[in-house]
Amino acid sequence: MHQRRLLAFILFVTVASLAPAQEIPQAFRGATIYPIGGEPIEDGTLVVQGGKVVALGRTGSVSLPANAVIHDVKGKVVMPGLVDTHSHVGDGSGGDRSNALHPEVRIIDAIDVRSKGFRKALAGGITTVNVMPGSGHLMSGQTAYLKIRPANTIYDMLFCPDPVNGICGGMKMANGTNSIGEKPFPGTRAKSAALVRQLFLKAQDYQAKVKAAAGNPDKMPKRELEMEALVQVLEGKRVVHHHTHRHDDIMTVLRLAKEFGFRVVLQHVSEAWKVAKEIAESGVPSSIILIDSPGGKLETTDIRNENGVELEKAGALVGFHTDDGITDSRLFLRMAALAVRAGMSRGKALEGLTIAGAKMLELDDRVGSLKPGKDADFLVLSGDPFSVYTHVEQTWVEGNKMFDRSDPEDHKMAVGGYEVFRRSLYMDACEGGVE
Amino acid sequence: MKRIQSMTVLCLIIVSSLTAQVAIKGETVHTMSGSPITNGIVLIKGGKIERVGPASQVQVPNGYKVLSGKVVTPGLVDAHSVVGLAGMLNQTHDQMQLEKSEPMQPELRAIDAYNAREALVEWLRTMGVTTLHTGHGPGALASGTTIVVKTVGGTVNEALIDSGMVAFTLGESVSQNFRSPGTSAKSVAMIRSEFLKAQDYLKRKGNKDAEKRPGVDLKLEMLVRVLSGQTKVLFTAQKATDIMSALRLAKEFGFKMVLDGAAEAYLVIDEIKKAGVSVILHPTMIRPGGDARNVSMETASSLQKQGIPFAIQSGYEGYVPKTRLVLYEAAIAASNGLSFQDALASITIGAAKIIGVDKRVGSLEAGKDGDVVVFDGDPFEYTSHVCAVIVNGQVVSETCR
Repeated sequence: MHQRRLLAFILFVTVASLAPAQEIPQAFRGATIYPIGGEPIEDGTLVVQGGKVVALGRTGSVSLPANAVIHDVKGKVVMPGLVDTHSHVGDGSGGDRSNALHPEVRIIDAIDVRSKGFRKALAGGITTVNVMPGSGHLMSGQTAYLKIRPANTIYDMLFCPDPVNGICGGMKMANGTNSIGEKPFPGTRAKSAALVRQLFLKAQDYQAKVKAAAGNPDKMPKRELEMEALVQVLEGKRVVHHHTHRHDDIMTVLRLAKEFGFRVVLQHVSEAWKVAKEIAESGVPSSIILIDSPGGKLETTDIRNENGVELEKAGALVGFHTDDGITDSRLFLRMAALAVRAGMSRGKALEGLTIAGAKMLELDDRVGSLKPGKDADFLVLSGDPFSVYTHVEQTWVEGNKMFDRSDPEDHKMAVGGYEVFRRSLYMDACEGGVE
Repeated sequence: MKRIQSMTVLCLIIVSSLTAQVAIKGETVHTMSGSPITNGIVLIKGGKIERVGPASQVQVPNGYKVLSGKVVTPGLVDAHSVVGLAGMLNQTHDQMQLEKSEPMQPELRAIDAYNAREALVEWLRTMGVTTLHTGHGPGALASGTTIVVKTVGGTVNEALIDSGMVAFTLGESVSQNFRSPGTSAKSVAMIRSEFLKAQDYLKRKGNKDAEKRPGVDLKLEMLVRVLSGQTKVLFTAQKATDIMSALRLAKEFGFKMVLDGAAEAYLVIDEIKKAGVSVILHPTMIRPGGDARNVSMETASSLQKQGIPFAIQSGYEGYVPKTRLVLYEAAIAASNGLSFQDALASITIGAAKIIGVDKRVGSLEAGKDGDVVVFDGDPFEYTSHVCAVIVNGQVVSETCR
């Protein structure tokens, strides 16, 4: 069955290269539409064509193209595809244990586009994802911003047009206990910060040399992959995604970002409630995670579901992430619902799943809300996004239906079982078949 | 004298709070011993439920502390946890759920390891869990015993309400924790050998000649208890092959067992039904990996349809989150084919029956323990809150969470 799907994907990619996708307009009529960045539209109609949103509004007020395929979604909820700002789907990898800092390592060189994780994400309504290397390093490598399109190779999923010289994601950094270890890893928090500062000072030096060369190839410093990536960070072109839990570690991130002027998204931010004011004042966004109980590691014993509301009240930009497999991509809506349970407003929680994440990945011109001209990434939900009884019924990416709960194979992806999450025999052999 | 007086006052306060009289009003009261009551009242006196009925028939006597909310349920029963042996910090000193020196140590007692003051116990209590079946975890052929506790009390003696079972496991996790058994077949062979030893031990114990009787062997004593049916086996097996092995062992040695985990139960559901065992099902949101790779959110519903008695557990977590919450797990089952009532039963009366404490907890009936939870909406909805928790008639939490 998986092969059939794969063939369908390959076929689609082939067909797509012959004729532009989705030239026939499609209209989704009768749903409550949460466009994000606007009031919900009762009995709304969404029109998509050519992979983009063409129009949306109250049914009747939106003119339908004559040849439009009509989808009756009465009683359903339509909202933008979800943006997961921190995930480990795709079986990727980052730096190795030879060093604590690997700015040159790219996760796009290690992602398996056939990983079941992507289909699991679609089952949870996730259409855009920041796939990151792990947190066991101060800097574990370059992340990848991916659209979960039908993909035969990694190129089919990227947002960036040039995977070799372009900027296709952010830079993953971490502080606190995860990145502490035996040499060459730092042994303390202060040493962690010192190693990072030393590397950025070196990058500033490199940046100055590049600038001094003024485009003259003879005067350019020798190419260094590490330095090139860090210069992108220093120039604000590559966003740092910084794993951090404790309040003091959060403050360290803000301090480093200020010192070197890099752009940063705080990731996890477990003790955000303690320093919400400081986070808001710094203007740095937070991508938070909610877990079902505190603890499991020392740094998360003080994690609170109130992080969402506290950051909201302080005026900070708040998004969510699955950190899949820490939480399951299929339950991403649930995370925002638990933030609402703890006091966050419904509006900000919906934004946290969509446009806030899109802003953090600097993709808000394309995804995160339903607006004419933006990508036709949207979900058909059976009901209120924050109800336990609601299911993601359909996930559409750029006008293509990528998940349909009524399809028996997709249903299995949504609920699990029957070997749907079996990885390749190679992966199982490497890891002894365990999580 | 003054000090004695103030001590007396203090004692009186403590006693009065212990024997507080509480009335709980609910727009809907799920008694779990009959249909839900609209506008119901639960009266608690002396730690026990005094009366349950509709407001039209039950008067609240003077002097009762009155709590009210939209939905009232019995205190939640977590049918299988390791909390209290496993702690929030996840450091060596607070992880006592699994001894890795030997794969077969059924003699390890949960009462010797349960920390009643563990922060996760308090956390579960504030989220409505009032009864906990906890103890030695999965991961060894036999890891030790379990106990049933209330989520209150400063010592295990105060918390304890029943002796539990003996935890056995078959699966990949055992082979990860021990050099041997390294395979499934070896695991079964080792368990069979130990039970044969226990049978022999029992025979030798019965020798008329006291000189020829064996010295007391704690491990074999525990296995003898299992063989005689005094103690049940809590048999963790996720994969279909391991489930079948567990059922085969129970049949060969005639012990009573509860099937635990059972991720692939749906593949061998007829055999489970035929064996007549109850199932303490994995958390619905357990990660689909390792032995539980084939987990389905619809298994609770499948068991219900087959009429197999089951409960939903919080299970064991090695990392973040350190424990799950049965309320959340049952909610996901309720959105994946299980009815609301059946989902609620799986964490109240159904769970209480399987762990053998349904005479005291699991439903709201006169004479049972005063364990009640008050919600401000559908208990399973993500955005509802647990607003009050009462254990043994004492209000232990009044903050909406």
